[in-house]
Amino acid sequence: MKRDIQRYTANERSNHWAVALLFILAALSGLALFHPALFWLSHLFGGGPWTRILHPFIGVAMSVLFALMAWRFAGRNRIQPRDRQWLGQWRDVVAKRDDRLPKVGKYNAGQKLLFWVLVASLAVLLLTGIVIWREYFSGAFAVGLIRFASLLHAFAAFVLVTTIIVHIYAAIWVKGSVGAMLHGKVSQAWARKHHPLWHDEKMRKKER
Amino acid sequence: MATQDVIARSATTTPSPSVREQLDVAKLIDTSVCIGCKACQVACMEWNEVRDEIGSTVGVYDNPDDLTADSWTVMRFAEHETDEGDLEWLIRKDGCMHCVEPGCLEACPSPGAIIQYSNGIVDFNQDNCIGCGYCITGCPFDVPRLSEKDNKAYKCTLCSDRVSVGLEPACVKTCPTGAIVFGSKEDMKEHADGRIADLKSRGFDNAGLYDPAGVGGTHVMYVLHHADKPGLYSGLPEDPSISPMVGAWKGLTKPLAMLAMGATALAGFFHYVRVGPNRVEEDDVDDATPPVAAERDERHDADRGGH
Ligand code: SF4
Ligand code: SF4
Repeated sequence: MKRDIQRYTANERSNHWAVALLFILAALSGLALFHPALFWLSHLFGGGPWTRILHPFIGVAMSVLFALMAWRFAGRNRIQPRDRQWLGQWRDVVAKRDDRLPKVGKYNAGQKLLFWVLVASLAVLLLTGIVIWREYFSGAFAVGLIRFASLLHAFAAFVLVTTIIVHIYAAIWVKGSVGAMLHGKVSQAWARKHHPLWHDEKMRKKER
Repeated sequence: MATQDVIARSATTTPSPSVREQLDVAKLIDTSVCIGCKACQVACMEWNEVRDEIGSTVGVYDNPDDLTADSWTVMRFAEHETDEGDLEWLIRKDGCMHCVEPGCLEACPSPGAIIQYSNGIVDFNQDNCIGCGYCITGCPFDVPRLSEKDNKAYKCTLCSDRVSVGLEPACVKTCPTGAIVFGSKEDMKEHADGRIADLKSRGFDNAGLYDPAGVGGTHVMYVLHHADKPGLYSGLPEDPSISPMVGAWKGLTKPLAMLAMGATALAGFFHYVRVGPNRVEEDDVDDATPPVAAERDERHDADRGGH
């Protein structure tokens, strides 16, 4: 009988979804302050002042939980030579010509790239966010630095949101991924198609 | 009463109520006449009914030593030694300059928290202020201050309430030396010309008007004896303008970023429509197939979280 295999542990899944929920809150409250066309989003948080109060706390909570998750996943996300080849063949990726792609381990190059972009943008967001957090910290910084941090914060947020849009789309596109992150399991066939090296590794472990 | 003469409103993309046109006004502060008596500071707190906390002297005449949410104007005293060895008091009344292109308004994310009237006054509406302090980041003159009491931003209103009913600002009304005058911007420039000619005839060759072009001019102007070196007056900016970083932060990049985010989501949607989902055919897989040889490096990078 075909047996599903475990891809994410319960802790990994909980951590992922906690970060995801906080990301949504941080993004909505941040977008409210990002462009006037989206200021109405502040109503979701109880108005402008509440949005201003909550956004940084949500951001800090997200950063901390993300750091935990990044620590868990970092080892598997080291970029390897075949990842460059995979990225170079992105046309085959989007056209579903998986057979032409180099064999993939637990994560493909796109996922690894996503991982490192997230690490970088969240680090920038946290640091610049502290500088522009008027209530507690801005007094300690020169106005030039605050201006630079504001610009960088907005830029990193843009990178993060765009990347997450791609991440969400990829999860919807590749059937089975959402399930993997929801209940932890993927089918043998799924693993063999999308992550053959990881599948082999899993099989070998079972044999022993 | 509804406002009908608003020419700019923070974080607003549609026109503001602006049918009523008003004359450009300006307050002219003549530093060469000012004696630093601080009557204007008192008049400001009296009229606006704000009382700052009593602080302590820090060895200079400035008192309080900086603008605060409760002190919207502060006299700044600078001692200046001229080339001839004479000592001069360069006293400047600090406060909002009511810029034609206000950096505070550009930076504010909250609709209607900062408004600019057609007469040039830049006013904060604390009802709409969310307390983010972006206005402080945007202001080239370091003027607005957040109140610790209510987390709202405050600054000089140019007594917009008085001006709207035809009165002059409280500081102007009270100034005992006539160092502060108020009227149409044109008249104030003319008045300044007379003052500058007088100063020049008395040996202040560099006397001039401070109405910096970098912010499109201001509705609070100074007559300076040393207009070539405004920095002498407690750091009055030489050539103020909205910082390019604030411009990039709040300017064209925002709609472009919005567009890019929307385009990414749309691209995803159309990719799905054209290419379809990436599904695994469960049936074409034979579980008995022995695993292909794994590449070595993959086995070596074990999860840190552990499996
Ligand atoms: S001086 Fe600062 S607070 Fe006043 S209008 Fe100009 S930018 Fe705004
Ligand atoms: S603190 Fe300043 S920038 Fe922020 S909402 Fe209030 S007026 Fe606008």
